[in-house]
Amino acid sequence: MSTGKPPVIQIRRVTKSYGHGDAVVHALRGPDGPDGTPHGVDLDVAEGDYVAVMGSSGSGKSTLMNILGCLDVPTAGRYLLDGTDVGHLDEGQLALVRNRKIGFVFQSFNLVPRTTALAQVELPLAYAGVRAAERRRRAMAALTLVGLADRAGHKPNQLSGGQQQRVAVARALVTAPAMLLADEPTGNLDSRSTEEVLGLIDGLNARGRTVVMITHEDEVARHAKRVVRLVDGAIVSDVRQTPVDAPPPALAAEVVA
Amino acid sequence: MIAWQMIRFAVGGLAANKVRSALTMLGVLIGVASVILLLAVGNGSSVAVKESITSLGTNSLTVSSAASRGSATAAKKLTVEDAEALASATDAPAVKSVAPVVTTSGTALYGNISYQPGQIVGTYPAYFETANQKIAEGDYFSADDVLNSRKVAVLGSTTAKELFAAEDPIGKRITIGGTPFTVTGVLTAKGSTGFNDPDDVVIAPLPTVQNAFTGFGSVNQILVQASSADTTTEAQSDITRILMGTHALKDPTKVDFRISNQTSLLSARESTTKTFTVLLGAVAAISLLVGGIGITNIMLVTVTERTREIGIRKALGAPRAVILGQFLAESTLLSVIGAGLGVLAGIVGSHFSVVGIKPVVIPESVLGAFAIAVAIGLFFGSYPANRAASLRPIDALRHE
Ligand SMILES: Nc1ncnc2c1ncn2[C@@H]1O[C@H](COP(=O)(O)OP(=O)(O)OP(=O)(O)O)[C@@H](O)[C@H]1O
Ligand SMILES: [Mg+2]
Repeated sequence: MSTGKPPVIQIRRVTKSYGHGDAVVHALRGPDGPDGTPHGVDLDVAEGDYVAVMGSSGSGKSTLMNILGCLDVPTAGRYLLDGTDVGHLDEGQLALVRNRKIGFVFQSFNLVPRTTALAQVELPLAYAGVRAAERRRRAMAALTLVGLADRAGHKPNQLSGGQQQRVAVARALVTAPAMLLADEPTGNLDSRSTEEVLGLIDGLNARGRTVVMITHEDEVARHAKRVVRLVDGAIVSDVRQTPVDAPPPALAAEVVA
Repeated sequence: MIAWQMIRFAVGGLAANKVRSALTMLGVLIGVASVILLLAVGNGSSVAVKESITSLGTNSLTVSSAASRGSATAAKKLTVEDAEALASATDAPAVKSVAPVVTTSGTALYGNISYQPGQIVGTYPAYFETANQKIAEGDYFSADDVLNSRKVAVLGSTTAKELFAAEDPIGKRITIGGTPFTVTGVLTAKGSTGFNDPDDVVIAPLPTVQNAFTGFGSVNQILVQASSADTTTEAQSDITRILMGTHALKDPTKVDFRISNQTSLLSARESTTKTFTVLLGAVAAISLLVGGIGITNIMLVTVTERTREIGIRKALGAPRAVILGQFLAESTLLSVIGAGLGVLAGIVGSHFSVVGIKPVVIPESVLGAFAIAVAIGLFFGSYPANRAASLRPIDALRHE
């Protein structure tokens, strides 16, 4: 493991529960403490790491991811992003963090309806206050990267599922965020589209981006450098497949072949 | 630049639901247009009343008969003798001229045209000056015509138009109730006040009208002209004193006649039209409010419908202010465009006369209605916009 630099993501004793009283659901709980109360989840992710989060349905993967993406707040515990406690940030600073530091790819694409692919990808830049011409150039570059330059004028309902997912990836990476969070980015895709999207993510990681990706498939998890398994809101295994500073396994395999 | 961006998002949002946006704007449009138009109608009628105050002259007094309340004896009617007593009084310098007036109605015939003028007036030549009736063509009848009970008449402009159309009425003979009259003149139009038409009259010498229609009993009114606008009060007390003499009355609080001065009469009517304007304004304001509620409703629906989109935008790092700005811009655009079209509709509409009243647009009402509509858009739009902007991204995204 690379030492020296502090981890990009540090979560300490994070729990998340929904509901009250008897109906309470602990979506994230971690191992039980000595007194029987949930201890909370601890997780560190180093810069440049490529983590696959796995686990059965309802095990708390999305809950964890939403907290990492600053879309949700934990019930208890601390989340340090680049060393800053996210819990202490106000609305405006959180918006800034989401805009500049994090690229989020949703399981269900989450494209803005009735908006062209180019405008979708321009959105984060628009919120960052980038000028129109510069915005267009960068959005076009991102679309070219995902191989959709010729679909720039298409609206979500004119794109295939795989193309929509690639637009979502382009939108997540257009601001060049340090961290890419992807919630089942290939969940809705066929094997060909899956390979395309994973190829993109591998490439990003190879260029130094930290990636956290949720998946159900071992096939997909094989692309990651580290696999974390969740069961009932607690981490049960944490396996490193490749060192943090090595290229992602799939790319390395290609080089060997 | 962000502001420009917000407006672009807002226009996009409105364009996505054209029918709905158009209907909401229609609500605001109707509100604003009705405020402008109804206030203009109210104002139009009070402007007309104000004009007729000045056209009637402020130094004329009208004496009419009134039963004295609490008196057992029947009220004595006003007579030509009363008028003569006023005219010949040497100790009443404030009284300049006196004209007894009888009024009746009847049908006028000219050739095969038959028309019923609003009023047939029998009086003295002094009436014309006192009532501020100016001749447009021909001439007034003279004191000599009165003395000799000549069958001559002066027509109001409306009556002249109805009977003669494009023909020149001067010297023509018309028949009213079987009596032939020669037209000597036509009066200048005074214009309608919206309630009655002062130009719809036939004015003839008093004895002629009495002879033909009313008989030589009492007169309806005595029109008195004070020497100036400042001496009307003086004239009023002179008239009271002289008529108490001719009617043999002792108690000045129990007189059987009433003296009203034109100004007070008309200002009473002006206050009626003010009430009328306020009522119209209230109705219009309610419709404006309804338009505002329409905006709130539509913005609430829009926000609810687009909660997921708001979640996506927030997840991409849209600051709260930008989301707020986008929805506020949407509701403000709705109200500004709606109000702008409403102003246009109101101003165009005020070029047509409504129930005989020529609307006169109050500039403040245009500005006021526009400003209120825009303020309503901002105010009522801010509630849903605020709700949208303060959602946590994950809650917005989970919204179904
Ligand atoms: N808003 C919510 N209100 C109540 N319970 C919730 C809410 N969101 C999630 N949960 C519960 O929290 C638990 C974890 O949900 P989560 O979405 O993290 O699962 P997941 O691991 O992503 O599952 P999947 O693989 O099916 O996506 C589930 O039991 C779920 O029912
Ligand atoms: Mg999930």
